[in-house]
Amino acid sequence: MASTTTAAPTAPGSGRLRQISLTQRVLARPAAGALIIVIFVWVVFLVLSLARGNTAFLSLAGTLNYLDVAAQIGVIATSVALLMIAGEFDLSIGSMVGFAGIMMAIGVTIWGLPVWLSIILAMILTTFLGVINGFIVVRTGLPSFIVTLATLFIIRGFSSVLTSTVSPITYIPIDPTLLKTDPLAQIFGFSATITNADGSTTSVQVSILFWIVIAIVGVYLLGRTRFGNWIAGVGGSSAAARNLGVPVARVKIALFALTALSAAILAAIQTTRFTSADILRGTGYELDAITTAVIGGSLLTGGYGSVAGTALGALALGMARQGIVFADINADWYKIAIGTLLLVAVVLNGWIRRRFAGLS
Amino acid sequence: MDATPMTDALMDKKPSATAGDAPPLLEARDVSKYFGAVVALEGVSLTVRPGRVTCLLGDNGAGKSTLIKTLSGVHRPDEGTLAVDGQPVEFNSPRDALDAGIATVYQDLSVMPLMSITRNFFLGNEPTVGAGPFKRFDLKKSAGIAREEMKRIGIDVRDTDQAVGTLSGGERQTLAIARAEYFGARVLILDEPTSALGVKQSAIVLRHIIAARNRGLGVIFITHNVSHALPIGDTFTILSRGRTGGQFNRGDVDEAQLHSQMGGGDELHELTRELEALAHTGPAAPPTAPPPAADAPGSAATH
Repeated sequence: MASTTTAAPTAPGSGRLRQISLTQRVLARPAAGALIIVIFVWVVFLVLSLARGNTAFLSLAGTLNYLDVAAQIGVIATSVALLMIAGEFDLSIGSMVGFAGIMMAIGVTIWGLPVWLSIILAMILTTFLGVINGFIVVRTGLPSFIVTLATLFIIRGFSSVLTSTVSPITYIPIDPTLLKTDPLAQIFGFSATITNADGSTTSVQVSILFWIVIAIVGVYLLGRTRFGNWIAGVGGSSAAARNLGVPVARVKIALFALTALSAAILAAIQTTRFTSADILRGTGYELDAITTAVIGGSLLTGGYGSVAGTALGALALGMARQGIVFADINADWYKIAIGTLLLVAVVLNGWIRRRFAGLS
Repeated sequence: MDATPMTDALMDKKPSATAGDAPPLLEARDVSKYFGAVVALEGVSLTVRPGRVTCLLGDNGAGKSTLIKTLSGVHRPDEGTLAVDGQPVEFNSPRDALDAGIATVYQDLSVMPLMSITRNFFLGNEPTVGAGPFKRFDLKKSAGIAREEMKRIGIDVRDTDQAVGTLSGGERQTLAIARAEYFGARVLILDEPTSALGVKQSAIVLRHIIAARNRGLGVIFITHNVSHALPIGDTFTILSRGRTGGQFNRGDVDEAQLHSQMGGGDELHELTRELEALAHTGPAAPPTAPPPAADAPGSAATH
């Protein structure tokens, strides 16, 4: 550490802490890096798109457009971040999005169940897969990276096998009229239409609301509940947490279940919006979600992180993905942008943690 | 005692609770533990009385960790019994031991450096407010208690949201001890609390062990550092290759005896001789001044 950083007096007793400014207090929060990243990304793409003479990025429609993209990542990223703070990964979450969608479609089209029941059934089944993930991790003591890498393949493969038994193609369409009248489908597929001043219309997707609500629940859960304290404790050191009486296995399994449930929620949003399920849906989401959580200030090693930061991370990803479109840049640049963003975020978060939170 | 700063004078104070004839707080009787063919413990007995520091000494691999884990409910003894207040007990989990008032502070596993002081202090024991889905971690109350308790042990934290990682090693150990005490520990098991610490930091911890003893707690202080054990121990139990190597009271034993009982005495002499010989051979090109061989035995013996 450089000699200029946190020159805290080492004398015991009073005066153990120096006075710090509000700015420093804000920067000591784990989400500080993500906030800086979001502002940076917003400014960069605003300048880029304006340079191309495109004001869409700044418009309401453009904003709602990237918010929707951010929301789709954000819905799953909150639980992924919580899991990561507890020291575990779920690489199978993308496969679960595909699986849950397929189960919803099979429930409606093959079994003839009402849409709401199919959605609930798919959610229960998917959550159960999360419990299995957690159970294997807790029981075998294997790294969740490996366990969920295995279930990533198994669940995706199982979805394909299941689909091939009922359909010659790799997706299952659902009758839109069934979705229009179903109470649950109306919630997950909801979109409001705003009429602009010039008479054009803009739609607001319900995914944004889900994202915000889930993020708020996540912030509350991590910051204000006993369970939240256990999450951080388990991630800090599961052995120490166990010695203090924290039910480590239950915490981990619950978080794997929560992650799976959030995958099913995203699947319900996508399936009702696209009126179909596709076995490939959700592919790559696991890495998007982890990227988001890391940009949000979560440590890969667990024990530290932020749900609010993760929501901001999702926002940064959404902005970058759509910003590239608005700026009329070749979409191939998206991955380069995200990779760069991830690296910058990790370095920035590490620096902030050392410099302002006094943690090494 | 609360208001006065902790000084070395504390060491001379008499324990507030006397051992007397009351049954020991915690007792291990002829405890054995096997891992497959490995004999981790065989016929080990240990007694903890209120207001007494029981030092558990032993070299690496002597079975200290296994014994602590057995006392704290992590392992179950294969033979022998544990007794709390003279009554035989069985611990199925660390929680059971905690409920019986036996708290263990592990060397490097006691606190989470990335969590705040408050969150560490109450991890696993969070007080709550509200009911149903709105039942939440009472952070305000917790912060108040944590600040108070830290003050009591001589660490003035203005901001209990501060991460524990910003505290010194000694302070972290002390936090873990204060926490155990706050949550009703009657027996404190301290696993090598000073082994990773420097002299000053060790002093903070040792002073706090004395203070805890003076408040009537029974303390098991595990160490392989005889010079840390001698000044604060009331009784000394030596563990050697899984067996009880001897039990002594304060004053009946000196540093050299403890060293040789730990099984390290002979080896230490050997090592001293070896190092001496090495020092004499020196590098190929001999230095102008001969190595100060005369100091070698003394410095090795004091660790």
